[in-house]
Amino acid sequence: MNRFIGFVKKEFMHIFRDVRTLVILFGIPAAQVLIFGYAVRTDIKNAGIAILDRSKDEISTGLVSKLESSDFFILKKNLQSGDEIDGSFKAGDIKAVLIFEKDFGKNLLHEGSASIEIIADGSEPNVANLVTSYTRAIINDYMLELNKPATDSFMPVEPEVKMYYNPNLESQYMFVPGVITIILVLICALMTSVAITREKEFGTMEVLLVSPLKPLHIILGKVTPYFILSLIDLIVILFLSWLVFDIPIKGSPLLLMLESMLYIMLGLSLGIMISTMSKTMQQAMFISLMGLMLPTIILSGFIFPVEYMPGIYRFLSPVIPPRWFIIIVKDIMIKGTGFTFVWKETLILVFMTIVFITISTFTFKRRLE
Amino acid sequence: MRTILYLIRKEFIQIFRNTFLARAIFGIPIVQMVILVPAVTFEIKNIELCVVDKDMSTESRQLISTLQGSEFFLLKHTTFNEKEADDMLNSDKCDLVLHIPVNFGRNIIREGNEKIMVAVNAINATSAQLAWAYMRGVLQDYNADLILQNLHTALPARMSVIEITNRFWYNPSLNYKYYMLPGILVILVTAIGLLLAGLNVVREKEIGTIEQMNVTPIRKYQFITAKLIPFLLIGLVDLAFGLLLGKILFNIPFNGSIAILFLFACLYLIAALGLALFLSTLASTQQQYLFVVFFILMIFILMSGIFTPAESMPLWAQKFNLINPAAYFMRVIRMVMLKGSGFRDILPDIRGIILIGIGTISLAIWRYRKTV
Repeated sequence: MNRFIGFVKKEFMHIFRDVRTLVILFGIPAAQVLIFGYAVRTDIKNAGIAILDRSKDEISTGLVSKLESSDFFILKKNLQSGDEIDGSFKAGDIKAVLIFEKDFGKNLLHEGSASIEIIADGSEPNVANLVTSYTRAIINDYMLELNKPATDSFMPVEPEVKMYYNPNLESQYMFVPGVITIILVLICALMTSVAITREKEFGTMEVLLVSPLKPLHIILGKVTPYFILSLIDLIVILFLSWLVFDIPIKGSPLLLMLESMLYIMLGLSLGIMISTMSKTMQQAMFISLMGLMLPTIILSGFIFPVEYMPGIYRFLSPVIPPRWFIIIVKDIMIKGTGFTFVWKETLILVFMTIVFITISTFTFKRRLE
Repeated sequence: MRTILYLIRKEFIQIFRNTFLARAIFGIPIVQMVILVPAVTFEIKNIELCVVDKDMSTESRQLISTLQGSEFFLLKHTTFNEKEADDMLNSDKCDLVLHIPVNFGRNIIREGNEKIMVAVNAINATSAQLAWAYMRGVLQDYNADLILQNLHTALPARMSVIEITNRFWYNPSLNYKYYMLPGILVILVTAIGLLLAGLNVVREKEIGTIEQMNVTPIRKYQFITAKLIPFLLIGLVDLAFGLLLGKILFNIPFNGSIAILFLFACLYLIAALGLALFLSTLASTQQQYLFVVFFILMIFILMSGIFTPAESMPLWAQKFNLINPAAYFMRVIRMVMLKGSGFRDILPDIRGIILIGIGTISLAIWRYRKTV
């Protein structure tokens, strides 16, 4: 046991000696929380639009000023003819064009109906969708206002909405659990896989293996510092998201900590597995970065909801551990539910950890022979 | 010039001697294209709905069947129990709960007005907003039907109706693959540029071969050019390979000029490789370099607007994007591929990327020391 503690101390010294790695270890999580909290937003704001008003009457200009006064849109251009639309889209500063038909106001007052066409730039499907639905909503409101005296009885069923868990519709509620999930698995897997292959590549692994320490102790000693550092990372992220974005932990912090420890262990065992499969640090890094980073971001439900993915991905996504942990974090942190709601996900993570450890013990033993 | 050619040949021999790298250069694009491009979609269909119907009248049933008839909603469960519905929301078994109060039907007919409550799981703010928008749309239709049915409830003499039609240009069916493929290609090219080139230099440092280079009479600019060109070529080949795969696998359109895209990709890669070479002068081990690059790559890519609209970001973030090369490439590749934007449309971006390139290359030349 003494020997083991000594070994862990040595590993800690290795890490702390390298200030740059340490800065990264704590800088990445902090930067990520801030970027996702402040910069990256999935909704639209200040989207550029252009107007092609063939009528230019009181009603159409009223609608345009209504669109302008919303936070969503900025009127960038007043087009004169339909030929200008393509060029404006190609220049890239507008997301949609609104076309008012000729005699828009007159038709509306005299015929009782008039038409507007919205053309959105489909090269960004999500933005196109949001811009179209926001514009439609604003036009509909405007229409109700125009018909004010008559529409008092127009809404027999009046819906009231309650946004659960996230009443102000902040993107951070979605991103903070995602950032925790991604950072923990990447740091754990990347750091351990690199640390172990480094010893292999430099030949120092053999020095360790001929020492009286058992292989199991060597591996445990290698991962213990990262286990502790990852926990500190987690606390830093949680503290920052509480301090900066006011996101509290609604559920039990103890449960969140325990679940995170399990997840960190999973990340570490994934790192060990990667290290048994790669000969050089470069390989380990490539596998960790390319193999983990993108699939984690895209398939875990971090940004894109898993439920709406096409067929096979709904089957592929469950293989990715972060997918389950993200549910656990959201449930405990944001919904405030207890263990009864996350036991299934927890079991899956335990099972995955066992699989990774088993695979690594088999591959590791073969190397020793 | 001859020296540079020799050096470039040496680099290529070194790169392709490493079978893992050679495989990674072509394997990674395939994996990324096949697995990641089709995965992403924000298309919202089958929003899972739970209804708490305390009324059980003809009207409430009519409302529920209207919702069922819409393509957006999938009725998961009907109950009387609010607690049960809350639990379903809590355990992610449904996305939306509709509460229909007692006497709903009677109030509609007698009072002509009734409130219903909709609870949405809003952790994902975007999906929640879209789900709510669809719900409102269905309810508006339902209201219109109600008015027609009950003509006695004072129908307005004349309603002015604005008819809205909408179209999506360049991608009429809003196919997400068109959007994702260019984005994934940017990640690919950037990762190849930043990771491979930098690691190559740091590796020479770490195993000490860089000192052998330092004692030779080659000049700084020769060394940097020789490190830059092989990875520039690899990046371009990978881009071409990725485009070809996209065409074959997903039939992604290419509306603009291929020459313009490759011209821009060249400029972009020079900027990215300059950055890689600069960073490699700061790191002494591959591990350090990798962590630094990982950090930068993540910030560059996520802020470039790959998954989220870059214009929605706050002003300081948009200012940051002025020095973020990935933001330029992300914008340009989508403009050229999907919209067919021409040289004049992307002129501001070309100017920006050239300035960044000059900046990073000068930094690299300035920081590279032939002495230890």
